[in-house]
Amino acid sequence: MTPELAVSILMAVVATSTPLLLAALGELVVEKAGVLNLGVEGMMLIGAVTAFIVASATGVPSLGVLAAAGAAALSSMVFGYLTLTLTANQVATGLALTIFGTGVSALLGASFVGITTGTLGLVFPAGLASDPILRVLFGHSPLVYFSLLMTLAVWWFLKKSRAGLILRAVGESDSSAHSIGYRVIGVRYLAVLFGGAMAGIAGSYYSLVLTPMWAERLTAGRGWIAIALVVFAAWRPGRLLLGAYLFGAVITFELQAKAAGWSFLAPEVLTSLPYLATILVLALISSRRASARLAAPACLGKPFRASA
Amino acid sequence: MPARLELSGITKRFPGVVANENVSFSVQPGTIHALLGENGAGKSTLVKIIYGVQRADEGTVSIDGRVVDIGSPKAARALGVAMVFQHFSLFEAMTVLENIALGMDDPPPAGALEAEVRRVLDTYGLSLDPHRDVHTLSVGERQRIEIVRALLQKPKLLIMDEPTSVLTPQEVEQLFGTLRQLADSGCSILYISHKLNEIKALCASATILRGGKVVGRCDPRAETARSMAELMIGGSLKDLSNKEACTYGPERFAVSRLSAPGEPPFGTSLKDISFSVRSGEIFGIAGVAGNGQNELLAVISGERREGVSGEIRLEGRPIERLSVSDRRRAGLASVPEERNGHAAVPGMTLTENALLSARAKKGLAAKGILRFGAAKEYASAVIKAFGVKATGPGATAGSLSGGNLQKFIMGREICQEPAVLVVSQPTWGVDAGAASFIRQSMIDLVAKGAAIVVVSQDLDELLELCDRLAVLNEGRLSEPMAVQTISVERVGLLMGGVHGAHDADADAAPRAA
Repeated sequence: MTPELAVSILMAVVATSTPLLLAALGELVVEKAGVLNLGVEGMMLIGAVTAFIVASATGVPSLGVLAAAGAAALSSMVFGYLTLTLTANQVATGLALTIFGTGVSALLGASFVGITTGTLGLVFPAGLASDPILRVLFGHSPLVYFSLLMTLAVWWFLKKSRAGLILRAVGESDSSAHSIGYRVIGVRYLAVLFGGAMAGIAGSYYSLVLTPMWAERLTAGRGWIAIALVVFAAWRPGRLLLGAYLFGAVITFELQAKAAGWSFLAPEVLTSLPYLATILVLALISSRRASARLAAPACLGKPFRASA
Repeated sequence: MPARLELSGITKRFPGVVANENVSFSVQPGTIHALLGENGAGKSTLVKIIYGVQRADEGTVSIDGRVVDIGSPKAARALGVAMVFQHFSLFEAMTVLENIALGMDDPPPAGALEAEVRRVLDTYGLSLDPHRDVHTLSVGERQRIEIVRALLQKPKLLIMDEPTSVLTPQEVEQLFGTLRQLADSGCSILYISHKLNEIKALCASATILRGGKVVGRCDPRAETARSMAELMIGGSLKDLSNKEACTYGPERFAVSRLSAPGEPPFGTSLKDISFSVRSGEIFGIAGVAGNGQNELLAVISGERREGVSGEIRLEGRPIERLSVSDRRRAGLASVPEERNGHAAVPGMTLTENALLSARAKKGLAAKGILRFGAAKEYASAVIKAFGVKATGPGATAGSLSGGNLQKFIMGREICQEPAVLVVSQPTWGVDAGAASFIRQSMIDLVAKGAAIVVVSQDLDELLELCDRLAVLNEGRLSEPMAVQTISVERVGLLMGGVHGAHDADADAAPRAA
């Protein structure tokens, strides 16, 4: 394998991994606060279509990213209001959010199908970013560097900051946190908001970086992989980074194999590889029940009602 | 000097009930004041008002002579009020230090906090490793976290809500030492309990609540436990009738070499447990919660059969392979610790709850069809025989008070005349009147020749009821001891995990994280 080929494969892996990492980081924080939001896929699609519309309208892709974060965060607030304020079932509401996001993004994006828009620029000077070898370090989209910074930031926040400690406490025992005097619902709203914004940015990566165009169901179920990644990572940001790149590699392999026209596996099987890997990982982790339960926030998915 | 805490005319109403009515009392600086009352007397609500969790509808709270408005626990802490909860507000998957930091409004950085925690631990002679995860700690150690958390705030008033219900006698002594030291340094303590002997030993003054009202004040040192109990329940206490001495029959129930894995994620595994109970005998299993009690009960009742090894015999017949229902049919009745959701379904009526466990023995179902008429009759009979206060067999289990539901559950099992009854925490959270009724009904059952196994954390209860008892610690059962000749100190040591010289050494060594 030539260095150039290795670099281009690595670039592809980074490109496919980044949105997984972004969305999963958001979901990790949400779940650490004890909320299970299965609407990641829907929020990503809302982010993707908003980013595309705003970028085409203004011609400024970075505005598209911001708008994506805002729109997805707004949709996450619908989820928040239903599950946190009205204590609706989180699983059902999350699924509804995904269905809603799929539908509303298809509706909004209907007139944008097939056109292209400007993509996000590069961070580093062209000399570095276009070098056939060095581009593996310097040639990525700003969102790639952002995702790595966010991994570090989320790790620091959860492990070192007082706010992170409170957030973990809320996810670990909502009733204890409440009796000490923390605002469980408030903390969870903020976490859900963050998760929404991150899912939106992940979505914008699809429509502004990966494909620079809009198509219905552009994210192709990757939101579900992001949710599985959080479990895979045992709610730890470091392992999440690893997991995201592992899944990115599997997806890249699938795309490369299809492009190369390998016929030893049916294309349908190749397409299903990342999802099969998701199921495999979840099954493996669930079989080690005790340790998985130890890592999971104890109040994950349980509605909290402050007793009178 | 003004009183440290003074309540005057506190009234708090909830829809349908008045939790506190015109409650007034005061606590002087540096004294330990007891708040006494049965479950539902309004103690918890009153404490929540003082700690800012709830607001009083009427009346005022004063601290050091100034009327204050306590709108939140944070405001309470700012006024120097600290609280140790009955149900610990701890986070299992976090370290001791993280838990302490969470309980503070403005904690110093981790390093400085650790130094401060170690200083408090030294001052009061408490042992605790700040870096251990909470789920690895014993109940006594967990309580120390709460106490340290409270002490770090240098409180003027410390509220202790039923602090000893889960401690071994030695741990209780240590706690009392800490509290006395704290009171000597000027801190007032409001001590909530229904354990009268402890209040006699610790407190210099007491306020007694019944039905939300103050019904008496006393100096516990000048009262007897009985006189205070009678003030609490507002009537005279009945003595338990003595059991006929030594009319034991043949062995009814035996467990030998029983082992089972713990319940995930933090359960305790059972290790090689053996004991046997004769007809006419009550066998007690003492121990601090979380030492395998739930696992033992689930294995005996048949709820858990996976991974279980060893023998369980009922009247000589092995039953360890039978299902829960088959064990019931064979004559084994069991009552788990948790009333709501385990022993009874809160949303279902008493008739339906009676059906759930008495179906086979009482013929309440035939060929897969329920016989509701018969079930209703049975539920009514239980209600009548056990004096359950309920609107009738159609009342939902969840609408009954804890004591009444427990009476119904015990009645439901006892009226089936089981050969063996296994019961966990029969009087946990039950008021004194109902508790003595339940104990009497167990004594009456063994008088008819049944055998009973009682699992309880309440040592006084076991000493009163049982013929023999053994101690469960970390999933191991001690040798049975005859209650008449027992030493409470020895039971306490066993509860704390000291089995012999070897174990004592291991326990004395500092536990590293």
